[in-house]
Amino acid sequence: MDDFSYLKLASRQIDFDNFDDRLLMYVLEYEPSFLTCISCGGCTATCSAGNLTNFNVRKIGLWLRRGETGKLSEEIEKCMFCGKCTLVCPRDINIRNVILLIKKRISMLKTENEKASWKI
Amino acid sequence: MIKNKHVAVIGGGIAGMETASVLSNQGLKVTLIEKQPVTGGKLNDWDQLFPDFSSSETLVTRQNSKTSHSGVNVVYNTEINRIEKINGRFELSDERDVKIFADAVVVASGFRVFDATLKEEYGYGLFGNVITSVDFERQMKKYGKLLTAQGTEPKRVAIIHCVGSRDAKVGNTYCSKVCCITGIKQAIEINQKLPDCEVFCFYMDLRLYGSKFDTLYLTAQKQHKIQFIRGRLSEAAEKPDKSLQIKAEDTLQGRPLRMNVDMIILLVGMEPGPSNSRLIQNNKMALDENGFLKSANIHDARNCTTQEGIFMAGTAICPMPVNETLENARSAATEVIHFFENKKNDGRF
Repeated sequence: MDDFSYLKLASRQIDFDNFDDRLLMYVLEYEPSFLTCISCGGCTATCSAGNLTNFNVRKIGLWLRRGETGKLSEEIEKCMFCGKCTLVCPRDINIRNVILLIKKRISMLKTENEKASWKI
Repeated sequence: MIKNKHVAVIGGGIAGMETASVLSNQGLKVTLIEKQPVTGGKLNDWDQLFPDFSSSETLVTRQNSKTSHSGVNVVYNTEINRIEKINGRFELSDERDVKIFADAVVVASGFRVFDATLKEEYGYGLFGNVITSVDFERQMKKYGKLLTAQGTEPKRVAIIHCVGSRDAKVGNTYCSKVCCITGIKQAIEINQKLPDCEVFCFYMDLRLYGSKFDTLYLTAQKQHKIQFIRGRLSEAAEKPDKSLQIKAEDTLQGRPLRMNVDMIILLVGMEPGPSNSRLIQNNKMALDENGFLKSANIHDARNCTTQEGIFMAGTAICPMPVNETLENARSAATEVIHFFENKKNDGRF
């Protein structure tokens, strides 16, 4: 039978039914100001890393809110923690801390996964 | 008898003039107190009004003649600092200790324009070609068109929305309501006077509420080729030729954007009037969470302060455009008349 893979739309859609909120909940616990982001892009415009690479700090936040955690762990390595994003944010979100919390939580989850695999 | 009652109206802008003339026409004794040597307030600086491009000057002239024809007593060069209730009447005084006594007071002290120098990264006050929407109005009134600090016609202009509004960094988290439509009005005016000039509006959200404003937005897109970019300006820098480089993110493309423009217009927001904190000192008036005068109830007692007998009109309550200010001022007058007729407003207390 022919491969009708073009009919498989699932991968293009954002799946809100299987929402992975493990990163988001952790970030909100320690940086609740993150809730107020309106995606104005001020952070991305001023971002030191974004001027040199295709890093987009606003999208990091958006992916976090949408549970798109897969892309995050690699992208986030581009951040240089200069903190300019935090300086320009009109909602006064500590964006630098948001990035730090994401990194922390990812490494925590990795450790948990490793421990779980040892037990098997 | 209501006709013997004396009402003091603080502030001779359009709100104060409207309330004062309505009350005076109803037979009350009205004193309008203005800090400047002329009435008209901020509108004396504006050129054309949105959304119909009518003349601001004509409106002020109409307000002035209405005020004088209705028999309002206007006191100039007097800034009220203190309102106190003594023996059932209100005593108003300024710093020279000039005293005015009244049975009811309407505060129509207006707003303050956001000081754009506080957003240092935008370069207002540092770079000659960064101006505010208020400067634009003054320029249009004086020269009839927009010119750079070098006196040349700009080829490219960026209009920046939400300057001093919706910005926790300057302490104002509210929306000033009138800036989006002001930006669109000014963009159209630039295109009308300088057809070769490109105009870009940088916005976070476009708030063109109601039946008229969105129509003007459509007109700006269709007839004037105004471009709208969804992204907040992060910084502006001056180049040796005095043009400006601006940085924002084009959030719809998801990429940082850089652009050279000849001029930047900052759409500055409306802040609480500077006298608010003094006016509430010796009575039961209060400020709301944004520093504007607090209404007893924002639904059916919008013009009532938290002090019985003191009312308010216009932008002392919150940011609002000219037409809403005039409606609001008339509603304040109704509230004063009901107060004298002992018709209780249940929403009040």
